[in-house]
Amino acid sequence: MATTADNFAPAAEATHDDHHDHKPSFFARWFMSTNHKDIGSLYLMFAIVAGIIGGAMSGVMRLELAEPGIQYLWWFAGSDPADIAAAGHMWNVFITGHGLIMVFFMVMPAMIGGFGNWFVPLMIGAPDMAFPRMNNISFWLTVVGFLSLLFSLFVPGNSIGNGAGVGWTVYAPLSTTGAPGPAVDFAIFSLHLAGAGSILGATNFITTIFNMRAPGMTLHKMPLFVWSVLVTAFLLLLALPVLAAAITMLLTDRNFGTTFFDPAGGGDPVLYQHLFWFFGHPEVYIMILPGFGMISQIIATFSRKPVFGYLGMAYAMVAIGVVGFIVWAHHMYTVGLDVNTKMYFTAATMVIAVPTGVKIFSWIATMWGGSMEFKSPMVWALGFIFLFTVGGVTGVVLANGGIDDNLHDTYYVVAHFHYVLSMGAVFSMFAGFYYWFPKMSGRMHSELLSHLHFWVFFVGVNVIFFPQHFLGMNGMPRRYPDYPEAFAFWNQVSSFGYVIMAASMLIFFANLAYAFLAGKKAANNPWGEGATTLEWTLTSPPPYHQFETLPVIEDHHDYHDHRPVTA
Amino acid sequence: MRHAFKRFHLGIFAAIAALFAFAAPQAVAAQGLDRTEVLNEAAEEIEALTPGAPTDGTNVEAGAGEAAGGYVPMAPTPGKGMPTSYETDPLASMTFQDQYSQDGQYALWMHDTILLPVIVAISVFVLLLLLYVMVKFNRRSNPNPSRTTHNTAIEVIWTVVPVIILVVIAVPSITLLARQYEEPPEEAITVKAVGYQWYWGYEYPDHDVEIISNMLSQEEAVASGEGEQFQMAVDNRMVVPAGVPIRLQTTAADVIHAFAIPSLWFKQDAVPGRLNERMLTIDEPGVYYGQCSELCGALHGFMPITVEALPMEEFEAWVVEQGGTIPGAEVAADAEATEGEAAA
Repeated sequence: MATTADNFAPAAEATHDDHHDHKPSFFARWFMSTNHKDIGSLYLMFAIVAGIIGGAMSGVMRLELAEPGIQYLWWFAGSDPADIAAAGHMWNVFITGHGLIMVFFMVMPAMIGGFGNWFVPLMIGAPDMAFPRMNNISFWLTVVGFLSLLFSLFVPGNSIGNGAGVGWTVYAPLSTTGAPGPAVDFAIFSLHLAGAGSILGATNFITTIFNMRAPGMTLHKMPLFVWSVLVTAFLLLLALPVLAAAITMLLTDRNFGTTFFDPAGGGDPVLYQHLFWFFGHPEVYIMILPGFGMISQIIATFSRKPVFGYLGMAYAMVAIGVVGFIVWAHHMYTVGLDVNTKMYFTAATMVIAVPTGVKIFSWIATMWGGSMEFKSPMVWALGFIFLFTVGGVTGVVLANGGIDDNLHDTYYVVAHFHYVLSMGAVFSMFAGFYYWFPKMSGRMHSELLSHLHFWVFFVGVNVIFFPQHFLGMNGMPRRYPDYPEAFAFWNQVSSFGYVIMAASMLIFFANLAYAFLAGKKAANNPWGEGATTLEWTLTSPPPYHQFETLPVIEDHHDYHDHRPVTA
Repeated sequence: MRHAFKRFHLGIFAAIAALFAFAAPQAVAAQGLDRTEVLNEAAEEIEALTPGAPTDGTNVEAGAGEAAGGYVPMAPTPGKGMPTSYETDPLASMTFQDQYSQDGQYALWMHDTILLPVIVAISVFVLLLLLYVMVKFNRRSNPNPSRTTHNTAIEVIWTVVPVIILVVIAVPSITLLARQYEEPPEEAITVKAVGYQWYWGYEYPDHDVEIISNMLSQEEAVASGEGEQFQMAVDNRMVVPAGVPIRLQTTAADVIHAFAIPSLWFKQDAVPGRLNERMLTIDEPGVYYGQCSELCGALHGFMPITVEALPMEEFEAWVVEQGGTIPGAEVAADAEATEGEAAA
């Protein structure tokens, strides 16, 4: 590859120099895009829109749970206030929508589609992704998938009301005989579309990372964010087809009389759960691994120190990815597993804590002896490390099959996975956003507003989710629109936290508005000497086509600096 | 707002619907139905199943039993077998319910003396490390960063120490699992909990008793006496003997439900087409509340479980009242003789 690049790059530059930054017309640029940076921006904008919708749904949920009794759901269901079935179904539609939107249309598009598209080619010194047109269809499949999900809200889900009220897990038989309306078909089809988009995206990333690294950038010289996307892409490629198979079987059970999951025809509802969680558990790592990568870049940048234990960090992610495929049944401890199966999954699940611990401690060791500067991305990264640890340790509690007998399907589980996702993944996304926003937009955001956003959000999400541990331990099941009086206090606290969190999001959007309207122009590298990856060698924003002459990473070059010597 | 949505979807999404129609033949048919009619039917259907609504047939047997005999539902003991509110006891509202089974007590012990201290210690340790590096290694106090990127000793330590901690956790964890899966003895009393949308049925195959258990409405819960809470209280409780092993089987008739009693550390899914079975021994008489713990549709939140554990004689009296039979009653004399021998 190095030889090819040496031969062709200068020639290419000579030919194209005169229209170096020529951009296509508006429609061609944004609707038929083949440019990884534009597609990355589209993904980020899409994720923000989806995040607002999914976040608003959780707002309705926290509003409803603020007090015992059903106060608001009937209004959304358009039903009689006395009709608790309509309200209950509306509730299930909200939890389903919130879950699916946040997982498939907010976190995944932002992490992989957004930051992955933007920065994988830049970090490995490639001009674009390997398959630019496929990149475009990946994005638009995701958008159409989202529309299909939104559409499902307005068609009947079952005899009670509109929308799919089956949970993001879409368990059979609730999703087959339990919800005969078309809404569930549209929700399932939405997952097919988003899944197909993600599989195409994953092949694109794998091809790009394996074949388009700058000359001299070996796998072991890649920035950790690229490693994280590579591992994530493999997880997507191996896990999503299993989901596709499972939900296709749901569709045929629903529409064509098959009985894969129907015991009346020799099927088994638990089979669906095995298939779903064989996808579902890698999926949670799909949502967090790119975050791990971003946090590694940010910690190193703002400590002005190379990542501690680079190889350990890279292979910890590989280990998490591999082990992530053999722990799925810890989501199913109460379905009636054999005792030996439960013992195995308990042990295997706990093993994941080891590589995760390696990462946490390596981040701290990276800062140890460093020269830390608390810029906006760094405070989010620090918040990430602590809150992800809290979410991780409750995972160790839940890993114990015998303990989970009490906690399974309670608010403790809700608290756990929101600590690792709503705090873990989302904190890393905000960290990455503030880290790369100047590079993507060419404008500086306000450090003051970013810090304010951080503190208010930090307080808000902790007030929302920490009390949910208490509710879960005290016995409150999840996916409940109403609860006995005894759970009132902590639910009220949790709902109050939502208000704080929502206020912080206003600060975030104010910050965005400030940056675009009045933000200072961003330098090529606004973060100083700690930022050692290739994207900081380019202008902010980068040229429409970059690296027409490939950067060359010398063999004898400093192991931890990802830039060419001449940069 | 709803009507606006509806017009919106009809107008703008109709084209998309046509595109997607191939994926959902049923969908098109259902859309063709008059929505009001569908909803009316649904309302009727739900009315029939709504807890608190006059239930017909299913409960007559149990109701009759209640009227005829001396069984009076036990008044729940405040704070026992139920969640605790913050106002009653802040600390109790933040942790597990007290446990009334041996396995539950073991699990609670494991959580409180091993898991909770370990996870708090790890979280605090990480927090202190973070605070330390923030104070000690910021740009002002340490302007010249080191270039250290490796230290084999520390990397081995932070790999091995977590492994040791996990092994320490794994030992009681595996023990707990083994205990939870002990086979019920031959003479254990079988109770089969069947999940329906949205109520529970309890069958006692050894005693020829079947009862249906619906949630009480708010008014009924209040009216039914001291200590009953709305969303926990039911009309007919699952009555079982205390202190003897119960072979608790769960299954479901429609979708998956889950039979859960937090104060007994017991949760078992009720899966259509499967019969899950676990042994449950309740230490002492009392009323223990639980709620369905697997999403099962619109009224998932409204199909609670109430278990009433009674001394054996009272349980048998209850069985007789329900019109059931005591197994081996014909050979009662034999049994008494055996018992006498055993006592001697």
